[in-house]
Amino acid sequence: MLKKNKFITTFLYSILFSGIILASDGHIKLDKANVNVKDYASLQRGAKIYMTTCATCHSIKYVRYKELAKQIEMVDSSGDILVDVVKNGLMHSGGKITDNIISSLSEKDGQKWFGKSPPDLSLVARCRGVDWIYTYLRSFYEDKNKLWGVNNIVFPDVAMPHVLLNYQGLKGLSESNAHDQHFINLKLIKQGSLNETEYDLMVLDLVNFLSYVGEPHQVARKRLGVWVLIFLSVLLVFTYLLKREYWKDIK
Amino acid sequence: MDISNAIRTWVDKRFPLTQLWNDHVGEYYAPKNFNFWYYFGSLALFVLILQIITGIWLTMNYNPSAEGAFDSVEYIMRDVPFGWLLRYMHSTGASFFFIVVYLHMFRAMLYGSYKKPRELVWIFGLIIYLCLMMEAFFGYLLPWGQMSFWGAKVITSLFGAVPFIGDWLMEIIRGDYNVSGITLNRFFALHVVAIPMILLGLVVAHIISLHEVGSNNPDGIDIKKIKDDNGNPKDGITFHPYYSVKDSFGLVFFLIIFCTVLFYFPTFGGYFLEAPNFDPANELVTPEHIAPVWYFTPFYAILRAVPDKLAGVLAMGAAVVIWFFLPWLDRSEVRSIRYRGIFYKLFLSLFVVSFCILGYLGMEVPTPGKTLLAQICSLIYFAFFLLMPIYTSLDKNKTVPKRLT
Repeated sequence: MLKKNKFITTFLYSILFSGIILASDGHIKLDKANVNVKDYASLQRGAKIYMTTCATCHSIKYVRYKELAKQIEMVDSSGDILVDVVKNGLMHSGGKITDNIISSLSEKDGQKWFGKSPPDLSLVARCRGVDWIYTYLRSFYEDKNKLWGVNNIVFPDVAMPHVLLNYQGLKGLSESNAHDQHFINLKLIKQGSLNETEYDLMVLDLVNFLSYVGEPHQVARKRLGVWVLIFLSVLLVFTYLLKREYWKDIK
Repeated sequence: MDISNAIRTWVDKRFPLTQLWNDHVGEYYAPKNFNFWYYFGSLALFVLILQIITGIWLTMNYNPSAEGAFDSVEYIMRDVPFGWLLRYMHSTGASFFFIVVYLHMFRAMLYGSYKKPRELVWIFGLIIYLCLMMEAFFGYLLPWGQMSFWGAKVITSLFGAVPFIGDWLMEIIRGDYNVSGITLNRFFALHVVAIPMILLGLVVAHIISLHEVGSNNPDGIDIKKIKDDNGNPKDGITFHPYYSVKDSFGLVFFLIIFCTVLFYFPTFGGYFLEAPNFDPANELVTPEHIAPVWYFTPFYAILRAVPDKLAGVLAMGAAVVIWFFLPWLDRSEVRSIRYRGIFYKLFLSLFVVSFCILGYLGMEVPTPGKTLLAQICSLIYFAFFLLMPIYTSLDKNKTVPKRLT
């Protein structure tokens, strides 16, 4: 018995060992975005910001207005979609409620205006991660050498202007940042319409919305998982008892 | 019931149904002392069936073309009812298939299950493992994400290192000068038709050859030597009902772990589904860091540990092929680790640790220090096999008991 355990221990240690090394990473430290895709009020606020500031250039082509409205609970008490609210609040470029969310900016114009056509953001939360987007949107700083007058710490030489500038205000890079870019330490140069806490919350709503967009069924997935695991746990007890009953006579 | 008996008799006269059942299940005598490590064979079979069934349903909505593949996967994830569940079952199943198979192989090494007379069981098993690697490799291209594309590009380019015919070979595999929609289509055909068929046939061969010679056990003792008056092994019990109920318990336990990952950690922190693969394939943008999925990384680390490309490819190939010689490299009189001397225990431990470290290194961006570590681990990897005839002959083994303990 002892030897067997020793082997299992060796085996488990080697797995653990590789896990510890994996935890270390050399990239820029990202701030944690505490998203909650069950917070429908936040998702609705996020959707509104997205549709007013981002959707002009960035499609989320896998999402339809109708599905979106249903899933972020833009519905009345009987569960019907509030069509007028959706049309007035989200669908700024017109179209039908069953349409996919496509920006009106053509790829050619995007290329011409920004040097790179703005990418579709359906999966940005899965590809980059929510922490990355959260940090990115809070890391713009003044850089007069750039076309749009801004640069970004987590996305150097980014082609996108700081579209949330009016909310956040303009920040500047302090001396220490030039050498050590591992922490964001930007100083406010020009006041925006929101203070820092308010701005962070607004960005969080937006990131939360993008997290939902990245995987619309994630709430359903976690909800179903509970039932599956409860069922399996009960089944485990019964299969164990069955096994014990049959094996009683084996010596 | 008379009617069911009548049907069974009718079938048995035309097809050996009862006999097949008895040979492989009802009267198949397995040693009574199977432990934890013996769950993984039946679990591997379960995962294979799971992959085939979820794969069939995914195929119904998947579009194998460079233009439509990525969109169709998102269509499955968003619009197909429970499509996300099927997709996650299949992607989680792929990683769990390798976890289960690696543990199953480790079991064989613990208890010498590859030794005479089970050499063919071992060889069939290894061909299954090879097919599984191909299946996983072909399947990984299908979502047509950035990692799918660049992973396939790197791996297919390895064939270009073959002298003289390298370029031709690479072109034959890709069907094009670069990884393209043509490559995607042929990988799709191989992934859903060719390899699964071969896999199923090999699994049958694996089980038939196992049942021909009988199962090994944690003591590595031949239970057929001591039989009762009916000619059945005294230390054996029928597979059904004893191991069918025990394996059911194991299966449910496995499913709890599997479903926890499936429902709560489907990407497993980027190890089961890599984050860059949520970006559609783009041949103009090379990802920052290309690494294969975790189950290939030990071999990938060996490839990179060798400075020369061709030598690296050969080393990687050798790392896989060398497994086939295990039954003949092992000169020990005893099978089970329980009765082996210190050398085998030491080498096996070193081997397992090196294999895991190589697995980690294969995912990392190489640095001089990491490359050196990969070289040391590769040496240990090969030393485990190549020195085996020496250290297994020198080992001071313990006396093996006559009956199971």
